[in-house]
Amino acid sequence: MPFGNTHNNFKLNYKVEDEFPDLSKHNNHMAKILTKELYGKIRDRQTPSGYTLDDVIQTGVDNPGHPFIMTVGCVAGDEESYEVFKELLDPVISDRHGGYKPSDKHKTDLNFENLKGGDDLDPNYVLSSRVRTGRSIKGFTLPPHNSRGERRAIEKLSVEALTSLDGEFKGKYYPLKSMTDAEQEQLISDHFLFDKPVSPLLTCAGMARDWPDGRGIMHNDNKTFLVWVNEEDHLRVISMQPGGNMREVFKRFCVGLQKIEEIFKKHNHGFMWNEHLGYILTCPSNLGTGLRGGVHVKLPKLSTHAKFDEILTRLRLQKRGTGGVDTASVGGVFDISNADRLGSSEVAQVQLVVDGVKLMVEMEKKLEKGEAIDSMIPAQK
Amino acid sequence: MASNFSRILSSKQRIGVLTFVGGSVTAGFLLHRQHVGAAAPVRRSYPASADYPDLRKHNNCMASSLTPAIYAKLCDKATPNGYTLDLAIQTGVDNPGHPFIKTVGMVAGDEESYEVFSDLLDPIIKERHNGYDPSTMKHPTDLDASKIHSGNFDPRYVLSSRVRTGRSIRGLSLPPACTRAERREVERVVVDALAGLHGDLDGKYYSLTQMTDGEQQQLIDDHFLFDKPVSPLLTCAGMARDWPDARGIWHNNEKTFLVWVNEEDHTRVISMEKGGNMKRVFERFCKGLLEVERLIQERGWEFMWNERLGYVLTCPSNLGTGLRAGVHVKLPLLSKDPRLSKILDNLRLQKRGTGGVDTAAVGGVFDISNLDRLGLSEVQLVQTVVDGVNYLIECEKRLEKGQDIKVPPPPLKQFK
Repeated sequence: MPFGNTHNNFKLNYKVEDEFPDLSKHNNHMAKILTKELYGKIRDRQTPSGYTLDDVIQTGVDNPGHPFIMTVGCVAGDEESYEVFKELLDPVISDRHGGYKPSDKHKTDLNFENLKGGDDLDPNYVLSSRVRTGRSIKGFTLPPHNSRGERRAIEKLSVEALTSLDGEFKGKYYPLKSMTDAEQEQLISDHFLFDKPVSPLLTCAGMARDWPDGRGIMHNDNKTFLVWVNEEDHLRVISMQPGGNMREVFKRFCVGLQKIEEIFKKHNHGFMWNEHLGYILTCPSNLGTGLRGGVHVKLPKLSTHAKFDEILTRLRLQKRGTGGVDTASVGGVFDISNADRLGSSEVAQVQLVVDGVKLMVEMEKKLEKGEAIDSMIPAQK
Repeated sequence: MASNFSRILSSKQRIGVLTFVGGSVTAGFLLHRQHVGAAAPVRRSYPASADYPDLRKHNNCMASSLTPAIYAKLCDKATPNGYTLDLAIQTGVDNPGHPFIKTVGMVAGDEESYEVFSDLLDPIIKERHNGYDPSTMKHPTDLDASKIHSGNFDPRYVLSSRVRTGRSIRGLSLPPACTRAERREVERVVVDALAGLHGDLDGKYYSLTQMTDGEQQQLIDDHFLFDKPVSPLLTCAGMARDWPDARGIWHNNEKTFLVWVNEEDHTRVISMEKGGNMKRVFERFCKGLLEVERLIQERGWEFMWNERLGYVLTCPSNLGTGLRAGVHVKLPLLSKDPRLSKILDNLRLQKRGTGGVDTAAVGGVFDISNLDRLGLSEVQLVQTVVDGVNYLIECEKRLEKGQDIKVPPPPLKQFK
């Protein structure tokens, strides 16, 4: 919870060992990195907007984690958090993003023409294709920390930008707090409507405060381009369509993002980005591209193959159920997407999805014919 | 003795601690409103009007009282510990409420919240507590259980009797705002004091972080174990932070006196027994409370109390006595009578299901307890429950014999 700026100073009256959280039963990236010494060293700092170390780690203290799933356990409250608390966040980022070093540079490539292929995934297997990312607007604090006034200002700016789009991006904004029942029904049937976060990972970080004030959804008339405002990030941008034409989805994604960015820049509120961390988002796991490109694909045979998980790891892909993160697959249909976010570009990540899914569909077809797939198992990408 | 925290206590004006003599009871410091020092003003990047919450769909006491003018006046203030208005009202903003049930919608982060944000809290207190005006009225405290009469109910109807309240340790922030160090200090102070109880109050402390599986199962079977709060009313106020650090349960060996540490308040104190001897339950309650108070005072601590608000707790609804005295009572015939609600209203009682607040009654068994908390003493409230439950049992007996029952007259209005 974002306490007043004076609260952190008050805490400094108490000894480090009295304030240091008990992380003995915790399994998340923050708990692995944060020692009592490190806590003592950086606990007196605040970002210019008043975000503190305890604010950063509260979600990780409250959510000890799971023996099998390693959550991040910390969030940023503003762009400066990644600098002011770098002694904690750099090692967390390194652990989460495959050894990414503080001196590494991240490549941004939103030129859809650089993607090879991707327009021919077999629609008998690939049911839908989707690419999402997040964007934070420079000059505002992030969802764990922002006040109502700030959130509304973000919404206002976003709505201006989004409703000025034309062509295939022309659409409408639906604020959560004033949508009609009919609009709500429609958005639910379209699978567009996002709900108040229930996950304690998010609520303990303060991201659901004041719900549904300042939150809303914009989508284009064709229902292939969608922007969430003030959910887990300032903006979540989604391009999606049924079938396997990932190339078209990615093109729309890139073009739409660049149009939106231009409009924000004109208002002197470009996106948060730097050459080390790429696009800055609330959760350290989404730094870099913030991109999750994926498909819903039918792999009933391959998914039960003993080597399925290994194949995914080698292809740098991850599986989820069709409800998204933390859901189970239904009817052998999986959500397959890129595992990486930081250290490789958007084009590179979507390329991995396109190539990997293509290969897995071929494996599925082989297994249907009763043939072995061992020779097709790829080397680690 | 009180280490880091003693300087916080000594900065307040000491009036003196009076001990209990016979029936008269006064204790603690008198907190003068004008002596509370405010912290440095809160830095805000937006004007109050931009940050004023949208409360148009809300139905809670905070939403009823928080005008844009009050918000503008208080939004840049903080208590000496740094607790702000936005923090205090967050739970009410996040939980719009229910058309039938009006929640409070605001909490205190520390004792000073009731001073610094009094422009908002006073009208909320007045609405919630039947017109009690903290700026002009005084709250009576009376923990002399010998005054209770007719407090032994017919055990064919009353299955169990229970009295609970809360106590806060002066000088330490409340659950919505406390730091980990403060919460751990609350635990140390309370557990240390409880270790000094003897005789029928001899007992043991079970820390939530260290209890064994066997201990946990026993506490569940005894219906003693409290869980991490799931109600958004509490979680949105930040009371579940750092769970289960510094939380625990103490109970006496006889399992009739129980203290929760660092759940929704610093302490929740519960006296309970099977059967209908409410007087004995209340006697043990008072004895235990007064003994704990004496033990913490020996060590230089005291409870948060003042003569306007009585015992200071996290939720404004629990000010005054913080007392809920109740029974589980079998009233199958009365439960079907449409006049029950009116009868309870006039007796100043409320019904809950046997799972506690927000649960349904099962098998005609209700949890019946006092509605009021502030402006009436503990003795007065327990006597109200005693008189009311006796009346309800009489009604049930009459209905059993096929006789009619009467709705009792409404009470005299207590506060203007």
